[in-house]
Amino acid sequence: MTELSSLENEILAAIAAAGDEAALEAVRVAALGKKGSVSERMKSLGAMSAEERKVWGPALNGLKDKIGTAIAERRTVLKEASLDARLAEERVDVTLPVRPGPADRGRIHPISQVMDEIAEIFADMGFRIAEGPDVETDYYNFTALNFPVGHPAREMHDTFFFHPDEAGERKLLRTHTSPVQIHTMEAEKPPIRVVIPGRTYRCDSDQTHTPMFHQLEGLVIDEQSHIGHMKWVLMEFCRAFFEVDHVEMRFRPSFFPFTEPSLEVDIRCDRRGNEIRFGEGDDWLEILGCGMVHPNVLRNCGLDPDRYQGYAWGMGIDRIAMLKYGMPDLRAFFDADVRWINHYGFRPLDLPTLAGGLSG
Amino acid sequence: MKFTLSWLKDHLDTDASLDEIVEALTMIGLEVEGVEDPGAKYAPFVIGHVLEARQHPNADRLRVCMVDTGTGAPIQVVCGAPNARTGLKGVFAPAGTHIPGTGIDLAVGTIRGVESHGMLCSERELELSNDHTGIIDLPEDAPVGTPYPAYAGLDDPVIDIAITPNRPDCLGVHGVARDLAAYGIGKMKDIRLPAIKGSFQSPIAVDLRFSEETANACPAFAGRYVRGLANGQSPGYVQKRLRAIGLRPINALVDITNYISYDRGRPLHVYDADKVEGVIHARLGKTGEKYLALDGRTYEADEAMCVIADDSGVLGFGGIMGGEDTGCTEATKNVFIESALFDPLRTAETGRRTGIISDARYRFERGVDPAFMLPGIELATQMVMDFCGGEPSDVVVAGKAPESDLIIDFPFAEVKRLSGLDLKPLEIKVILQSLGFWVSGAGDVVKVAVPSWRPDVHGKADLVEEVARIAGVNKIVPTPTPGLDGVARPVLTLNQTRTRRARRALAMRGMVEAVTWSFIAKSEAEAFGGGARELELANPISSEMSDMRPSLLAGLMLAAQRNADRGIGDVALFEVGQIYRGDKPKDQLTAATGIRRGTAGIMGSGRHWQGAAPVVDAFEAKADALALLEALGLNAGNVQIAASAPDWFHPGRSGTLQLGPQTILGHFGEIHPRVLDKLDVAGPMVGFELFLEMLPAPKAKATRAKPPFQATAFQAVRRDFAFVVERDVTAAAILRAARGVDKKLIVDASVFDLFEGASIGEGRKSVAIEVTLQPTDKTMTDEEIEAVAKKIVAAVVKTTGGTLRA
Repeated sequence: MTELSSLENEILAAIAAAGDEAALEAVRVAALGKKGSVSERMKSLGAMSAEERKVWGPALNGLKDKIGTAIAERRTVLKEASLDARLAEERVDVTLPVRPGPADRGRIHPISQVMDEIAEIFADMGFRIAEGPDVETDYYNFTALNFPVGHPAREMHDTFFFHPDEAGERKLLRTHTSPVQIHTMEAEKPPIRVVIPGRTYRCDSDQTHTPMFHQLEGLVIDEQSHIGHMKWVLMEFCRAFFEVDHVEMRFRPSFFPFTEPSLEVDIRCDRRGNEIRFGEGDDWLEILGCGMVHPNVLRNCGLDPDRYQGYAWGMGIDRIAMLKYGMPDLRAFFDADVRWINHYGFRPLDLPTLAGGLSG
Repeated sequence: MKFTLSWLKDHLDTDASLDEIVEALTMIGLEVEGVEDPGAKYAPFVIGHVLEARQHPNADRLRVCMVDTGTGAPIQVVCGAPNARTGLKGVFAPAGTHIPGTGIDLAVGTIRGVESHGMLCSERELELSNDHTGIIDLPEDAPVGTPYPAYAGLDDPVIDIAITPNRPDCLGVHGVARDLAAYGIGKMKDIRLPAIKGSFQSPIAVDLRFSEETANACPAFAGRYVRGLANGQSPGYVQKRLRAIGLRPINALVDITNYISYDRGRPLHVYDADKVEGVIHARLGKTGEKYLALDGRTYEADEAMCVIADDSGVLGFGGIMGGEDTGCTEATKNVFIESALFDPLRTAETGRRTGIISDARYRFERGVDPAFMLPGIELATQMVMDFCGGEPSDVVVAGKAPESDLIIDFPFAEVKRLSGLDLKPLEIKVILQSLGFWVSGAGDVVKVAVPSWRPDVHGKADLVEEVARIAGVNKIVPTPTPGLDGVARPVLTLNQTRTRRARRALAMRGMVEAVTWSFIAKSEAEAFGGGARELELANPISSEMSDMRPSLLAGLMLAAQRNADRGIGDVALFEVGQIYRGDKPKDQLTAATGIRRGTAGIMGSGRHWQGAAPVVDAFEAKADALALLEALGLNAGNVQIAASAPDWFHPGRSGTLQLGPQTILGHFGEIHPRVLDKLDVAGPMVGFELFLEMLPAPKAKATRAKPPFQATAFQAVRRDFAFVVERDVTAAAILRAARGVDKKLIVDASVFDLFEGASIGEGRKSVAIEVTLQPTDKTMTDEEIEAVAKKIVAAVVKTTGGTLRA
């Protein structure tokens, strides 16, 4: 029995000393293999007496189990150690920079973003979006909108003209989005509720004017809308667009050939440097022109001004974008300086929604 | 339109403050653009009396003055002016005053041991003149303690209002006062302009020489001779007011016409009568006629212009500008005063063509009150007599001022209908009357006669505006629009949705959105198939912006170059916007266009430790275009790629995306090097353009349900083939041939390797494809697979002339 116990010590020591799985396997074969020290002894059980077998049988089987368990445990330990070693070997410098993905680099221009915001608001108020061509006729840009021929109001528009055609008619670049009012009223019957965003052109260029800019026109025609309704729609729009709890707006009489009465609208704000806060402060900032659609305009579209009435407005999209997002210079909008667009632009997934807030 | 507060008060009796007046002007539609209060900076300066001036104990050139400023104990001031003396009345500034001429804020100081509590000022210190030889020495009767600006008349604020083109009546102070009075800011003063009796017959006659059709060029012409006058300086208040509004006083006669132009909106002209030959008459010009105008330039008339002439020729353009030769000078003794009416349109046209800008033109082209033609001449005569003396003749008149006979049937309910304002009929009536309208009749509909000075009022809506602006548009209550019937419906059109999606899709691919000009240079337009005359601006702002763009590529390429010039050479830009193929509405299309320059590929640009980004190639642009088509709802697999593209692309590295030859969706490829050169842009540059209107609309579906998902239980089989084909054989042809073998079974075929090299022969290439077979009813046997493979090889060989690579 002492012999067995010394064999056990010997084998367990060998297991503990095995430095890797190969050495451990060698120990296992030497002990439990076909010709292993324990296996040999098991074989000798057959030659023993029943008495002896009663003693040696359990002893040998116990030894065999013990060794098996020890080997399994050792194997686990060795496996873990070798995995740890491999992992240590595989270490990388995780501070190395990665390339940003395309969605991180792409940008939406502020004009497009603001147009999406506008569409979101007006769609909720039941407005459709109408569009029209940039190249217009004198009729749609002026005459139908009640600009008399030769009237100084035409002069104020600094119009870009094309060359006259064979018939002597010269087309022009629309100076405002208002021609789309006429196209809309010609194409459909009231009630009409549309907004018209688009590019407009005037031959004027300085610090605050560019020869191309963006306007948002609105047109409502039905049998009851008056200035009070217009005020409400414009105030609701400004409140939603500028994302403030309330705005204060000042309507003052003005003149546009295609509206009567005509009004200009200022918004109360506080200007500190580049930052503008709405609904507070002492500054009034002009943001749009509006009015009741002129009876002559209605007549020009075949609508009876004693039955149909409605309002229209026009505002600069670039301007309200500048006000909301604090861009100081209009000219930069059209320069495509990627540094500017990266700074003022929006990420592709910055989708304006009313449910989630226009600017997130 | 500028005027001063005191000038306004000549016409308006009011106690309202400047602020109240300014606010009121803006709220009635006469927007105040600026108020200049020249007195503001002089507010602390008062008239002081030097009770005693004694020698400074420690300085020869200084005096110590005790100054009475009317507020208790005299103030001690150390003064260095040579004229500082006992008894002098001067202008005193207490400590704390900002001295405009020196920019210094005055403090209590000690000068050579003596305290000084203020300053006696020179004219230069007050910025009144450059005189600094001594302090201001006022007359003895100057009231001590009175603010100096009030004493010196420096406190008359100048108000600048913007007059909209419809309000010629407010191009005179009188009209502005009328509006303010209607609004409740004071009362109009009753200024009578009695007719002045002439003592002799005018030696100069007037005449209108027009045909019946052109008579409206100058419907009436009045004049009066004044003899024996002495032209000199106009009185101080006239000069002061003219200067305040930015006009230079010249002499009394000229100043009178300028003054009345602003006071009453009535332009006049005064001729030196001794320089006039024969009858003064208005007529149309004759081509070739010339005159030297008061601005020192010579103008040529023609048959479309209305001129004023005498026997010697043209004296001036009617309603625009008089002539130098008949103008008044200091030596003028006898004058002829003109007050006439001119057609707004003709005046505007002549003004535009000659480029003359004058106060007279500005008023006549907007509409001058015809009824004030004769009162105007009386007012002028009175001022001439007051300022220059002289003896007036009878008034001579040719033609007749047209009388306004416009009467509008006005239902009071119209105010509420259009403005939403709830006013009583009486309130409406009072407002209209206060503005000079005549209202007659009782009941719900009244007759309203329009005053002669309101050419802008034509109908009911105009009257509503008058009522609303005087009643106060701020009183109109915001009224919610009748609500929607439920959840808002979608409103965007297909093209609008696609435009929005296109932007987001391209930004998702790492591209930055640009918004570039709709017009480009002619040479640039020509490089992209544009430049037609019908799309060329007649009056471009510069030659770089002369033609409507046929493509967005030019603008983006130039933008990329500008960025490169700033040191950012690897840029990926896109724009979704309009392009023009003609001048009709249908010729305007929406293009979604992108370019990539340098190494700005979808995965990033420039060097990186994981590997530098490659230079962009045509496939990068193709990937952008196809991804965009997918984002817009098309199946990119159905799009045909034709190996040809417009001239602005590299002929061998570009393609066209189409659904058959008639439906061109767009193009992609490397930009042609010649086009890069033409635009002075450096490559490498690739780009694509898609035309959104060319994309077919999706088929309308009855339901939003997607087709049922069918997962097959049988494993797909993949087989690889390599074919050696001529270099010109396209990958598309090989794949199409392979797929065509069994369109149901073969669900995919793709190229996984491409090889060109000497080992397979000159002008040949090896294309390796992977074909995916997807059985749907049972697992395929080896024999079945083999049979399909054989068919694939046969089909590719047959269509491409290639061979299976061994």
